[in-house]
Amino acid sequence: MPSIEQYLPGTKHLLMGNDAIARGALEAGAHFAAGYPGTPSSEIIQTLSQAAKALNLHVEWSTNEKAAVEGAAAAAFAGLRSLAAMKNAGLSVALDFLTHLSYTGLGDRGGAMVTAVCDDPNAHSSGDETDSRWLGKFASAPVLEPSSVQEAKDMVKWAFELSKEFHCFVFLRGYTRLCHASSTIEMDDLPRSSGEAKSDTSKTISPYLAWPKHAAVLENLEKIRGRFEASTFNQYEGPEKPDLIIVCGGSGVPCSTEAVDILGLQDRVGILRLGTLWPFPVKLVKECLAKSAQILVVEEVDPFLEIHVKETIADAHMESRKVYGKGSGHIPGYGEITPDRVLSALGKIFDVDHEARNAGYEKMLAEASDRFLINRGLTWCPGCPHRASFWALERAIKADGRDAYVTGDIGCSTLDVLPGGKEQINLLHAMGSSTGLATGFGQLAPFDYQQPVIAVCGDSTFFHAAIPALINAVYNDSSMIQIILDNSATAMTGFQSHPGTGFNAVGDPAKRIDIEKLCRSLGCEVMVSDPFDIRGTVKAIRSLLKMEEGVRILILRRACEIVRMKEEKMRPYGIRVEEEKCKGEECGICSSEFRCPALFQDVETGNTIIREDMCSGCGVCADICPFNAIEREEIA
Amino acid sequence: MTSQHDPMNLIISGVGGQGNILISRLIGRVLANKGYFVTIGETFGAAQRGGGVFSSLRISEVKYHGPLVPDGQGHVILGLEPLETLRTLQSYGNPDVVTVTNFQPVYPVGVLAKRLTYPDLEELKGAIEGLSRSSRFLKATDMAMELGAPIVANIIMLGALLGTDEIPINLEEAEEEVRSSFPSSKVELNLTALKRGFNGI
Repeated sequence: MPSIEQYLPGTKHLLMGNDAIARGALEAGAHFAAGYPGTPSSEIIQTLSQAAKALNLHVEWSTNEKAAVEGAAAAAFAGLRSLAAMKNAGLSVALDFLTHLSYTGLGDRGGAMVTAVCDDPNAHSSGDETDSRWLGKFASAPVLEPSSVQEAKDMVKWAFELSKEFHCFVFLRGYTRLCHASSTIEMDDLPRSSGEAKSDTSKTISPYLAWPKHAAVLENLEKIRGRFEASTFNQYEGPEKPDLIIVCGGSGVPCSTEAVDILGLQDRVGILRLGTLWPFPVKLVKECLAKSAQILVVEEVDPFLEIHVKETIADAHMESRKVYGKGSGHIPGYGEITPDRVLSALGKIFDVDHEARNAGYEKMLAEASDRFLINRGLTWCPGCPHRASFWALERAIKADGRDAYVTGDIGCSTLDVLPGGKEQINLLHAMGSSTGLATGFGQLAPFDYQQPVIAVCGDSTFFHAAIPALINAVYNDSSMIQIILDNSATAMTGFQSHPGTGFNAVGDPAKRIDIEKLCRSLGCEVMVSDPFDIRGTVKAIRSLLKMEEGVRILILRRACEIVRMKEEKMRPYGIRVEEEKCKGEECGICSSEFRCPALFQDVETGNTIIREDMCSGCGVCADICPFNAIEREEIA
Repeated sequence: MTSQHDPMNLIISGVGGQGNILISRLIGRVLANKGYFVTIGETFGAAQRGGGVFSSLRISEVKYHGPLVPDGQGHVILGLEPLETLRTLQSYGNPDVVTVTNFQPVYPVGVLAKRLTYPDLEELKGAIEGLSRSSRFLKATDMAMELGAPIVANIIMLGALLGTDEIPINLEEAEEEVRSSFPSSKVELNLTALKRGFNGI
């Protein structure tokens, strides 16, 4: 497949929303891009990294989102065009800097900066479904939201122009059904400019003397509002005197269009789609709302447009207008917008029935569901080092017998909390929180807290947010164990590089930050073990549990199986079950407790069977079988 | 178009690691090159760790649609795993739907943990048949193992889908896309897989 910069102007290609955002940045002449991986945003930086060498761009996976936005802002201060990308959770990490950045602006070197934040309504791959539009407004930034893949590219380009003209960073909101949707879009020119980066040393840029700067920010936003009032990204389509106007943005746009089409309401319902969300284009909305006495607001996740619509109505003394949406209960206040949610709302408003299927078929579905349907939970891949790590952790905690408390972290290690994991983690929160929380528990001894505390995080998470908390733990003399599952990748989001991998976003060799050396520099007890050495790992955890004071660290080092397989392209071992030794149903440790997807018990014999199409040949099952019934043979 | 529906909604469901996304994009590219308006929606992310992976293609001669298929409006379901075919029918099935299923289970981790029981395969097949206008089943994983590459089960399923003549792509068009999108060392294997699936249905 060609890299994104190879598509010629005027040609059409099937692109994912994230690729369209990346292409838009290139068509706007971006020189610099930085981000931290997080679903659904990761492909933006990944795609740009593939184009980096051909176009002489700087593209990086930053240690965290704050470092990413600071790097991107520096490029803009020096007169370049930059893009920062992250998921909604990452925005919270970057926000401290971004709120200041609005006050200072981007200086007058002619630079521009767009921050793309991708939300995950329904929390498909997230701990929450936070609506980042509020935070764009909170940071006093103009907020844009595309409703299609083509618009994503067009809007990013426009966002750079806005940013340059108004000297402020522009906030572009993505969401799962845009970022991970694909459709055919048309390519435009890729301007080539090498960029002349330079800083102006005659001036000081700082947010201090904040209130006059805040006043200037508000003035600037008013000018931007004027631009938004006339933007073609806001469009009304429908009858001149509709019975109802749907005001929508983002995913609400295609869902509303589809629902109106399905119900055949095109002659009665108009659709006002808004692409420029903040500052709210009050005049445009007010004029449009004058067409109808009824309004339905369709957006995801929070009632962001809805409160601004209501505010607009109140200010214009148009109180006779009836507004339906999340406030009225016509649209749920959580989860994704779907065509069916809009169908249901329209059904209630117009008192029309929409049946997806006839009752007989629904009944058959319900019966089949009751009888056959079971959940498909998430679990670690066959050969994942984490399965072995948590297996060892469980054994060490049991043997220790003091009811150790485990704080977990974000990444593939998170899967431990699910029924497919080992369910050792007791408390799970944000990136790096395993360390911060464990630090707190480890300081409760004066209040009779007697349980040992163990924090578990992955390597990318360690660099992202655990390090400051770990330094805090050492400095404030907490008693805790930190386990770092070092699998040499940001695995959950697609194996992106990080400071410990030895290469960078564009695939060039990079300085490898040695986690072990870094931990030793803190003056902590540091041990290293291979999680596939289960006995050795249990022993290491137990010995750290016995030391009751201070911060103790265990690094469990073993590459992610998918990364290993990509490099080595073959299994290390052939795995075989000796049927006469296997205790089958009586035992079941390898399948029902270890829960490797490549092992299952034969329905008839009860014996363990290796699923050849899934087995990675890691051989750990041979070590956990108490009857030595599983054999591994080295593959020559 | 073979189908009477516009948009025609093709849904591909399976389990992480089965190559769902690869075939949905391959189909999408062929159709886009033929001038159809295609939107693909994908649900993955954490889902790739043993969970369900789902993609939908909305194929139209008129205009672009959003990535989300309304309930009950699946026209063709390509299930890379039997339970996932049934799960997809729950949301998108209707009496007119056509299903093509790789009839080889990938056990959910809850089954391994003995917290859940995988349904009896023949009964599951009966349920899928009862909920589809037309339902086809093949053992694509075994067929892929015969080719020495479990990874190509998805391409075998793609071949089977084309064999039903339910989507507006012929074998030659798919072969051309396989040639241009796989590295040259993998082309022959995938062409063989495609043909096996096409003939196997």
